[in-house]
Amino acid sequence: MDNIIIIAVSALGGLGLIAAIILYYIASKFKVFEDPKIDEVAEALPSANCGGCGSPGCRAFAEATVKSAKENKSIEGLNCPVGGNEVMQAVGKILGLEVEAKDPMIAVVRCNGSFAHSPAKVKYEGATSCTFAHALYGGEGGCQFGCLGLADCVASCEFDALHMNPETGLPEVNDKCTACNACVLACPRGIIELRKRCPKDKRIFVSCVNMDKGAPAKKNCEVACIGCSLCVKACAFDAITITSFLAYIDFQKCTLCRKCVEVCPTNAIHEINFKPRKPKVETDASEKSVSLKPAEDKGLSNKMALPELVETKEEIKETKE
Amino acid sequence: MGILKTFALGGVHPEENKLSSQAAIEVLPIPKQVVVPLGQNLGAPSKPVVKKGDKVKTGQRIAEAGGFISANIHSPVSGTVLKIDSSIDSTGYKRPCIFISVEGDDWDESIDRTDKIETNILLTPDEIVSRIKSSGIVGLGGATFPTSVKLMPPPGKKAEYLVINGVECEPYLTSDHRIMLEKGREIMVGIQILMKALHVEKAIIGIENNKKDAINHLTELSRSLPGIQVVSLKVQYPQGGEKQLIKAVLNREVPSGKLPIEVGCVVQNVGTAFAVYEAVQKNKPLFERVVTVTGKGVKKPSNFLVRIGTSVQELIEAAGGISETTAKVISGGPMMGKALTSLEAPVVKGTSGILLMDDGESHRKVENPCIRCSKCTYACPMGLEPFLLIKTAKLGNYEMAEKEMIMDCIECGSCQFTCPSGIPLLDYLRLGKIKVGQSIRNRNLKKA
Repeated sequence: MDNIIIIAVSALGGLGLIAAIILYYIASKFKVFEDPKIDEVAEALPSANCGGCGSPGCRAFAEATVKSAKENKSIEGLNCPVGGNEVMQAVGKILGLEVEAKDPMIAVVRCNGSFAHSPAKVKYEGATSCTFAHALYGGEGGCQFGCLGLADCVASCEFDALHMNPETGLPEVNDKCTACNACVLACPRGIIELRKRCPKDKRIFVSCVNMDKGAPAKKNCEVACIGCSLCVKACAFDAITITSFLAYIDFQKCTLCRKCVEVCPTNAIHEINFKPRKPKVETDASEKSVSLKPAEDKGLSNKMALPELVETKEEIKETKE
Repeated sequence: MGILKTFALGGVHPEENKLSSQAAIEVLPIPKQVVVPLGQNLGAPSKPVVKKGDKVKTGQRIAEAGGFISANIHSPVSGTVLKIDSSIDSTGYKRPCIFISVEGDDWDESIDRTDKIETNILLTPDEIVSRIKSSGIVGLGGATFPTSVKLMPPPGKKAEYLVINGVECEPYLTSDHRIMLEKGREIMVGIQILMKALHVEKAIIGIENNKKDAINHLTELSRSLPGIQVVSLKVQYPQGGEKQLIKAVLNREVPSGKLPIEVGCVVQNVGTAFAVYEAVQKNKPLFERVVTVTGKGVKKPSNFLVRIGTSVQELIEAAGGISETTAKVISGGPMMGKALTSLEAPVVKGTSGILLMDDGESHRKVENPCIRCSKCTYACPMGLEPFLLIKTAKLGNYEMAEKEMIMDCIECGSCQFTCPSGIPLLDYLRLGKIKVGQSIRNRNLKKA
């Protein structure tokens, strides 16, 4: 009886020992070297795994930054929009690099065709998917560029920052937005754009993407941009361009002077987080140091026509900075 | 009569409602202005060859094919080109169109306008194909695939049968039925022309059993013609689908992702056969077609011979106007047709019918959770699992959707028709097909 126990214990113990030796040998022989900095960087990231940076997850972004730091001595072009400057400074510190501060961004819904402004002419009954509805028909209000109100963007938001307003039928962005770009890609009509968060979260933008001529645009929606170019004339900073009867405000050049808002005949230009009308608003000269080349302005205004291009243009802009 | 043929898998049988089947084809008066869209066919849109202010004659070419899979467009009226501008089409999107104001009805001299039936086919097969191509003929069943492309099988493939589609399985629609009854002789010549172009000996006309008069009429006509056979089919939707029709009449199965030519078949609609007759024997290009205007609220359900570019509004007025109870106007049949967003939309080559639906029947059921009854799987004529495919589409798992053959879906809507929970299955299937189609195109681009 005793014998059996001894044999069993020694046999198992011997097997375990042999396996341990083999495992130890293999572990040391085939060890994959991984920069410990990757772990440190990954630790510093927000772990949202949202893909907003363009990498598939935070770990992949950490690998990309460490690789870029090693090869190029900079992490230019890599940015975690969710973490913002704070996180990027921390990443820079780990890698021993200076990281330039970036403007914080926020998603902006450029359509104001609410139930009241663009009354429904037909009724849609079907799947709640903007992508499907976009392929099927023009839209309830008759505007073939405007928001379909089926909330693909809300479904894509990982940060609880987008919600449908049941009164207007339009999505609204709240402060939780991290500018991860997910809603921009989700919108089949390229209505959502990432724009700079100016001081005190002030924003001025054209809340319309309709590229029809003035009359048909106005017919379908009373707050449509009709391409009258009054705002272009009012702007002292060349921030506004018009392509296909649609105004676009370059947020790098805009000084938040609000002149364009006053002249817009259809109230298509929106101001957000401003105090109720006071004559002058401070301009922030420090913010508008970068001026884009005219050629790139054209590219920017093309953006609405080609939703796929949005991302690349955004990248180009960031690298230019 | 023994057991009638039909296809093997799935299918549904909606209420037939063929209200206008006894209404003879009427010629609709020419409107004051026509709007001719440039994208009327499957494939690339056509390129205009006229400009503002040009005088055009009826049947004159106004736009040329914009690629291999594309078709010429001919002026449906005589008059002056007002402008080439974008206009709302049936989907509510603006698409480029040619606007023509009508002045008289002056036909191009080359068109033979007599009623005499020309039975002698003088052209060679190659000449037939090029005539069909230049006449801008597309599949009139609804898919609007250019007919000439179908008549040129890829190298190494040989057609054995010409299958003529007189099924008209969509409820309500009767345009093909009326053409078969009234233009039977012309269709027979058209079929012979197509047979000559394809170098085939055998043609089969498939007609559903609810059109007994058409079956009898065409059987009578085909008696003197060797090689042409009329097959009576059991009423089952979607028998008018190419693949289902081939299965029904020949018991052959087209492999996944392949064309009917793979099993030696070419399928053409009866309306297309008539258009081919007119183009080849009468030199008349495709600029008018038969459109059914029907619905329970329509005073006078009718079949009209309409010039392309006439607005839907005018068609409805000719059938007694729109009634107060009408809640939805559909271009096409109730199963596969699309709701119109504006009555100003013009009739195009693919418009087979205009259906006015009453408030009661037009609404969708309220969507409830799936109860796993698997009715959709039994109804699917392609042997797919719609419940699974819509789940993948909802979750965005498009790789799985592709693996589960979502691209084989023919969008017939049988699954949605049969779903007791009112789930918009077809909508999500279409969404999945859009996404999977995009990823396949991207992949092919990367390869190239």
